[in-house]
Amino acid sequence: MTRAVHDRGGWPTEAPIDRTEHDLADWEILMDALENALEARGVMNTDEMRRGIESMPPAEYESVSYYERWLFTTETILEEKGILVPGELDARVAS
Amino acid sequence: MTFAAGDDVVVSSREHSGHHRTPGYLKGRRGTVLRVYARFRNPETRAYGGDGLPKERLYLVSFELSGRDRVLADIFEHWLEQAA
Repeated sequence: MTRAVHDRGGWPTEAPIDRTEHDLADWEILMDALENALEARGVMNTDEMRRGIESMPPAEYESVSYYERWLFTTETILEEKGILVPGELDARVAS
Repeated sequence: MTFAAGDDVVVSSREHSGHHRTPGYLKGRRGTVLRVYARFRNPETRAYGGDGLPKERLYLVSFELSGRDRVLADIFEHWLEQAA
């Protein structure tokens, strides 16, 4: 049975669980708010959001943080729906 | 098929490459239904822009994993089979 990278419950490991608390950065709080606003407006739903995260290349999934995955899926789903043009966010950030 | 609290079930171990909410570590495991919640829209079609209808029944299922530990998980009806 194949298991996708996100399906990690029960993976054997000897590594201790990292229980370190950390403050959220401003952009992470905004990312959460944006995602919830998009869902409340019916633009995208939780299942689409999860599916987008699961579509990340495994190496990228492993190397980014929790809210970076949210950013990835939001951009992916909004591009799918034609709300964002591919590269649009990068272009705006660069300008 | 529909289950009731106390029924013994097995989680399907079929391959499914798309989005689904059944954790891999429970596939093929035998468990016991603790509670029948209600019917909810199906995340497997909702994840691809569908409306998630028809709704699927969701169960709280208990799994004995090590003899000492028990895991409770929410599993949709179409992932459950009657235990032999």
